[in-house]
Amino acid sequence: MVARLRGRFGSGIDPKSYLGQNYIIADPSIVHELLQMLRDGERFDYCVDVTAVHYPQRKDQEFDIVWILYSFEHNQRVRVKAMIKDGDPVPSVVGLWSTANWLERECYDMFGIRFEGHPDLRRILLPDGWQGYPLRKEYGITQQDSEWVKLNLGIESGQ
Amino acid sequence: MADILKSEQSASSVEHIEAEKGADQPFLDATELILNMGPQHPSTHGVLRVILKLDGEKVLNTECVIGYLHRGVEKIAENRTYAMFNPYVDRMDYVAAVSNGLGYCEAVEKLLNMEAPPRAQWVRTILTELNRIASHQLWLGTHALDIGAITPLFYTFRDREEILKIFERYCGARLTTHAFRIGGCQYETYDGFEQDVKKFCDFVTPKVDEYETLLTTNRIWLERTKGVGVLKAQDCIDLGVTGPVLRASGVKWDLRKAQPYAAYKNFEFDIPTGQNGDTYDRYIVRIAEMRQALRIIRQAVDSIPEGPIMGKVPKVIKPPVGEIYHSIEAPKGELGYFIVSDGSTQPYRVRVRPPSFVNLQALSKMVDGALVADVVAVIGTLDIVLGEVDR
Repeated sequence: MVARLRGRFGSGIDPKSYLGQNYIIADPSIVHELLQMLRDGERFDYCVDVTAVHYPQRKDQEFDIVWILYSFEHNQRVRVKAMIKDGDPVPSVVGLWSTANWLERECYDMFGIRFEGHPDLRRILLPDGWQGYPLRKEYGITQQDSEWVKLNLGIESGQ
Repeated sequence: MADILKSEQSASSVEHIEAEKGADQPFLDATELILNMGPQHPSTHGVLRVILKLDGEKVLNTECVIGYLHRGVEKIAENRTYAMFNPYVDRMDYVAAVSNGLGYCEAVEKLLNMEAPPRAQWVRTILTELNRIASHQLWLGTHALDIGAITPLFYTFRDREEILKIFERYCGARLTTHAFRIGGCQYETYDGFEQDVKKFCDFVTPKVDEYETLLTTNRIWLERTKGVGVLKAQDCIDLGVTGPVLRASGVKWDLRKAQPYAAYKNFEFDIPTGQNGDTYDRYIVRIAEMRQALRIIRQAVDSIPEGPIMGKVPKVIKPPVGEIYHSIEAPKGELGYFIVSDGSTQPYRVRVRPPSFVNLQALSKMVDGALVADVVAVIGTLDIVLGEVDR
């Protein structure tokens, strides 16, 4: 599989393995094409999860976007990782796997990552008017949108 | 549907259809009606809000509003040590707390590149399977109650109590057990644990048959569940639906067989599947799963190996830099943990892949064109726990 992907994407991908789990670090520009190929060519027909990790100290590559895929046919998992800059859009994979719809919405809700081509990118767990993205590292653990709390709950603090 | 959310209509301000609207309007007006179900509604199993767009009793469209129980579990994880976060996972799917703990402990063990000793693996398997039965019993009782059968609730809760008693004797807690630790189990089994478990198996086997006599051939049950909320295998895979819902659609896939963890590879059991992917098949699959769980428990309890129950774990858990994804077959589906370590005592990021959250997404597809009463049946059959959906 690696040879086939290498033939197609060349140096755009970097396949790795850690503790027996395979993952591919891909260039953000080819990641959608890579995911499509993994789905159609390599039969990774089940998208387990779409999530992100925030690294504020990494200049111009603040976010890792992680797609976890599984293939029923090969009983194999693979993770695809792309490093993106804060504010850059990421291609949505809702067209490939419908399950990505809510997963991407949660990712947007928690990290503020924009998925380009998502049919309905809104907050999912937090209320619509909430300010801030809680899973970013600079967001404090007791921090909250006190304006929203005051306005909607009529109390000084939610805690 | 987005504009529905904006308008924020409550159930009391529902647009009523008026017959005397005007001469040019037909008597049966086709005006769509928007109905708000939840978040305080007994059949939503917690705080789920569903906005229904109706044409008479027919559902045209649905929109789930979730997050009422959001506690920021993933954020908390980043501010706790690996061991301190362990009790928090029990609070996600609180009816299957043992499964949550198993998934988390195994994920961290994988990150540490170690394994729990065999005795711990066996005890973990027994408790997790007991918890699977408890979870399915709670599901059956509440699901049947939603549809209108009150009796199964009393039966299942009576029998679930016996499982909770075993948990209580083992670790002191009934629901949020915190039974496992990273590296094994905290407690050795108590005197008479094996007898208690065996006694429970003998006690509950005829009870499962009893549940079936109440429902399986019950005409009302058949009418309410057959052909309701049908989900085809291909749709399941596309929507990422796992667990009994996937299996009821005919996909023979169970992580306990596909990628065995704990001690599952040592036991014989079948993966029950359905064909039609409707509410009735999901019921049959879950009942069969209870029997398979009993089969696993019987084999496990007879062969618990001797040896230590806790592996050699450093006092301060500091996994090397790296990341891991580990998932288990929780009663509701694939429960995964994606943990990133930066080499410190606290996880850099913990992502929980909750089965309920992903399965709930299928609701829209399942109730499309169905009746309002079927929405209740479908929410029940998906077996969601809002603590896990919202985390």
